[in-house]
Amino acid sequence: MNQLGFPLLSILIFLPLLGAVVTSLLPWKYASRLSLVFAVVNFVLSLLVVGYFQRTAEFQFVERVSWITAFDNPDTPIPDPGFLIEYFLGVDGISLWMIPLTTLLSAIAIWFSSDSIREREKEYYAFMLLLETGMLGVFMALDLFLFFVFWEAVLIPMYFLIGVWGGKNRIYATIKFVLYTMAGSAFMLAAIMALGIFSVNLGQSGTIGYALDRLQDITPQLPPQTQLLLFLAFAVAYAIKVPLFPFHTWLPDAHVQAPTAGSVILAGILLKMGTYGYLRFAVPLFPAVALELAPIFATLAIIGILYGAWVAYAQRDMKSLVAYSSVSHLGFVVLGIFSLNNQGLSGAILQMVNHGLSTGALFLLVGMIYERRHTRDLEEFGGLWTRMPVFAAFFLITMLASVGLPGLNGFIGEFLTLIGAFAANPWWAAFATFGVVLAAVYMLHLFGKIMFGPLDNPENRTLSDLTRKEIMILVPLVALMVLIGVAPNLLLDPMQPSVEALVEVIQTGAAARLIP
Amino acid sequence: MQYAQLAWLIPLFPLLAFATIILTPIKHNKMLSSGLAILMMVFSWGLSWAIFFVDQKFLLHEMEARHPYSPAIDWLPTGTTVFQMSLLIDGLALAMLFMVPFVVTMIFIYSTGYHNLGTPNVEPRYSRFFAYVSLFAAGMLTLAISGNMLLFFIAWEIMGLCSYLLIGFWFEKGDEFGRLSPRLSALKAFLTTRVGDVLFFAGLMLLYAQVGTLNIHEALTHENIEAMKEASFGIAGLFAVPVLPMIALLIFGGAVGKSAQFPLHVWLPDAMAGPTPVSAMIHAATMVAAGVFLVARMLPLFEPLHGGSDHLMVVALIGAFTAFYASTIAVAQNDVKGVLAYSTISQLGYMIAALGLGGLVAGVFHMLTHAFFKALLFMASGSVIHGMEHGVHHLHGHGEHDEHKVHAEHGVAAEPKQHAHADDHHGHIDPQNMWNMGGLQKHMPITFWTFMIGGAALAGFPFITAGFWSKDEILGEAFHLWQKGEMMGGLVPLIVFVLLTLTAFLTAFYTGRQLGLTFFGAERTEEAKHAHESPPAMTIPLIVLSIFAILAGFANIPEGITIPGIPGHYLGHMLENVHLAANEEAYHGLPFDWRLALISVAGVGFMALGIFAYRGRASEPLKALGPLWTAMERKWYMDEIYQFLVIRPAVAFSQFLYKVDGSWLIDPMVNNVGKLGRNWGQASAWVDRNLVDGTVNLVGIIANESSEGLKRLQTGRIQNYLVILLGGLLFLAGLFFR
Repeated sequence: MNQLGFPLLSILIFLPLLGAVVTSLLPWKYASRLSLVFAVVNFVLSLLVVGYFQRTAEFQFVERVSWITAFDNPDTPIPDPGFLIEYFLGVDGISLWMIPLTTLLSAIAIWFSSDSIREREKEYYAFMLLLETGMLGVFMALDLFLFFVFWEAVLIPMYFLIGVWGGKNRIYATIKFVLYTMAGSAFMLAAIMALGIFSVNLGQSGTIGYALDRLQDITPQLPPQTQLLLFLAFAVAYAIKVPLFPFHTWLPDAHVQAPTAGSVILAGILLKMGTYGYLRFAVPLFPAVALELAPIFATLAIIGILYGAWVAYAQRDMKSLVAYSSVSHLGFVVLGIFSLNNQGLSGAILQMVNHGLSTGALFLLVGMIYERRHTRDLEEFGGLWTRMPVFAAFFLITMLASVGLPGLNGFIGEFLTLIGAFAANPWWAAFATFGVVLAAVYMLHLFGKIMFGPLDNPENRTLSDLTRKEIMILVPLVALMVLIGVAPNLLLDPMQPSVEALVEVIQTGAAARLIP
Repeated sequence: MQYAQLAWLIPLFPLLAFATIILTPIKHNKMLSSGLAILMMVFSWGLSWAIFFVDQKFLLHEMEARHPYSPAIDWLPTGTTVFQMSLLIDGLALAMLFMVPFVVTMIFIYSTGYHNLGTPNVEPRYSRFFAYVSLFAAGMLTLAISGNMLLFFIAWEIMGLCSYLLIGFWFEKGDEFGRLSPRLSALKAFLTTRVGDVLFFAGLMLLYAQVGTLNIHEALTHENIEAMKEASFGIAGLFAVPVLPMIALLIFGGAVGKSAQFPLHVWLPDAMAGPTPVSAMIHAATMVAAGVFLVARMLPLFEPLHGGSDHLMVVALIGAFTAFYASTIAVAQNDVKGVLAYSTISQLGYMIAALGLGGLVAGVFHMLTHAFFKALLFMASGSVIHGMEHGVHHLHGHGEHDEHKVHAEHGVAAEPKQHAHADDHHGHIDPQNMWNMGGLQKHMPITFWTFMIGGAALAGFPFITAGFWSKDEILGEAFHLWQKGEMMGGLVPLIVFVLLTLTAFLTAFYTGRQLGLTFFGAERTEEAKHAHESPPAMTIPLIVLSIFAILAGFANIPEGITIPGIPGHYLGHMLENVHLAANEEAYHGLPFDWRLALISVAGVGFMALGIFAYRGRASEPLKALGPLWTAMERKWYMDEIYQFLVIRPAVAFSQFLYKVDGSWLIDPMVNNVGKLGRNWGQASAWVDRNLVDGTVNLVGIIANESSEGLKRLQTGRIQNYLVILLGGLLFLAGLFFR
């Protein structure tokens, strides 16, 4: 259904693309402001999605037209099934919050960049806007072919953002990032192709098609072995993107090398493409396999939670520390997903938003200090609270949200995830809970090292506190952390019907377990 | 019921103070900030006491009728279930409402003087201090009235945060006089208690999984407890763990962390790094009481009546051991606050031991009396330090407070001097070391008398101090159960009884030692000679609290003693039905036993011994104990053991995993796959260049070479062509006409 009567989702996707074109055509000195205008307008428009969203499990704001088609020509002697690739967009409770999150973080990232990006500005902002197009497409596409197009499209701007505006070792990092992701995507592409071909015989239309709703009808009919292989193909692609242990090593490299805004987008949204992939495709298409393999994925997630936290503690580079903390936090999301029950899934979806906010803010904060000191080495800092009290306050709240302190958003997500994991298997929850202690260890270590202690490094004595602009950049994120922490219902309630529907799909899958 | 409906306002007042100070320009006005914080605290104190005195009858009646006053609202929907936020105001909450806001208000008032409001030495982060302590108070008050374990846990964690911020309040200080720096102390406190928190949280999840609710009075019913007794919790069908002990002990883990029980007690002594009013908050009124309160709240899970359960005995033994263990350390401390810190751990051990014997009333009673006299003692010791700092200031021209000011206000300008500053500490004496004091009763009479009263209460001075009545009741519980032969045939209560009796003697002794060293005899240093009494903002709360340190004992006068005008068993009646729905039975008090009072009478002797052995003495007489003394002084090497067993391995493991990740295994694997790809590409390139392309080139070369040969034929001369043509014709003719 489309309650608005006009193609809002397409506008959201393609407005940034238009922005990219306009930005690259006009003189460079307007690039920053112009792209910011496009990003902010897009954010405001995305609020329409939230405003008009209805509390049902159906896909909403749907746009569905055939896009690339070929049909059987009756004149030729050999029958050809033809194919039907659809331009099929829609939003439900699972993707709902990813859209304003994407537009918000994009706008914030672009705004932040205006102080830090000094060369090739036009290209930079064009790529940022292109990136937004790709990400929004990923979260809205309901045709697997279309999804794959957007999924790959995201790589290109990110490749350049890291490779051109990144740190010293940027070429290595960006190639690693792109190749690693593409290696995973290759499996997914193969699986998508295979599903299309299977749909000829098993589906009703008799053509090759990639729309999610049609594929969902045919996947249960596939032989178990095939389902398993297809699921794994999807799962590997997403596991690399999340990244799930042990596929995570591209992440610290990419984060450390990326410009601040790139890190914000990368951690805030790009990683969620992986977890979203599980929620939208891998699990609903193959619920029986997901149930079967849940222990494996939950175990990897738990290893990721604990391992990421341990390794984070050993980091001296702040960005690298935050990057490893992402491995730990995303472990919680995956654990929630593979709990495969209502609390776990709700917690996972909420935690996707939470992590976007808190880690996005952490990267911004690290970026702000980097702009001033041009180092991210923890040993260089200490006692900054006296010099930068406002910075310290924002850092404190963000750090606490990330640690999962009650009253802030992270707690709700972790709480639901753990309750869900507990219901699935108490031992998962038991181990994962220790991740909460370890999170406190590395985060408080980070905070204490920077903020506490004597201000004994002479270079830190001239540091200036946050500018008004920097404060305005951080305020929305911090306000949302508090809001979600106090009134989680605002986010949880609209997603409930979709989560319940997903749980139902899983339970139906459970009834038809592959291996009795 | 008139005021109980407004109970939700009680934590909201200080929360409002916190938000206002942090978010508005009020923070720039120190007087206004603290005024607001105190005013809000007074509101919540007033409302609490209104509920306590006016609504008590109604609330206790509701509790007896097994539907305690517990309003709830929905908060967090998840599928079929909803997590609620609810309050629970029963006898236990009332007891907390009597104590917490009152003591906190006193601490707030005291803090204005402690932070030198109105003098040039005023604490630069004064407003922030009041914001934090307001949040701290809000957390504790939420905890006291929360009817839901989720809300309880939220409040619990917020207190953890506040303790982190307040212990680290003077974050720019390094370690001095052998005390851990505020940065590390704060970290240590937060992390140690968080270990307990996680156990607590796991217990809550398990409880939720069993009973499907976290609302306290719905979860703790007789049916639920019976069901949990039967249930067991299988691990992959291999072996089964009984559910009830598991839940109970996990939740107890939270209390072990927060209430500083062995082995998670290590954070508490270092928590002294914060300003002294914070120590009073943490050690008396709020944070450590929270753990005891938690066990009291969840006591039915431990099956406290009729001899109790095995897991109840764990609680009793940990409590008793902690009490004894910490008191041995307290004897050997030289820091005036250090003695009090270990005595807090020890007294918490008493409370936990009491609860572990099923003595809810005794445990809560001691928690209340302890809150009064320990808050008093901490603030009095703060007053002593304040006085000593004045002496230091007088002699050296700059004290610690100066230093903070320099740090915060002048920032850049004063920087170069900072290192010199830190070194200066060696130039003047440690104002917290009792061996630098002596004779302070002359200079600080109010502090001396109030300290004396607090010390007497701590030592359990018979009949006239609050500490006597509550401690006596705990010893009575142990004695009674031993006589009845319950809990492993009376063995557990006997152990508890013996340990707690020894602790009582040690407590009296170290209290005497502290008094003797600090207030009696002659001054040991010039600084002590120049110490002088603290301002009224500090001494008035001391006087008020010392009244309570005496009177609070009459809240629960046991049977067998009647004091005209004072109702016996007042607290007992308030608490006896708290767990009626879960235990199906009320808690009963014990009659007074004169034999036990003799322990406290003997305690007076130990206290006198302490005072007289240490007054005017220049060095430690007990050094004669040799290594035993050193071990006590070094806290039985607990910090070193942790360092060796936990911290160093953890850090090393972290470094190890980082190596595995980045240099040894995982990333190298990825890179090697990448390299493999590249090498394969290079091999392909070679093959391509040399074989595939070579073949193509070969064809080209052949064509080229052959054309080299053939091109000679193309001379461009007609005659040659004609000759070839002729030859060709002849050849063809030869073919045809053979």
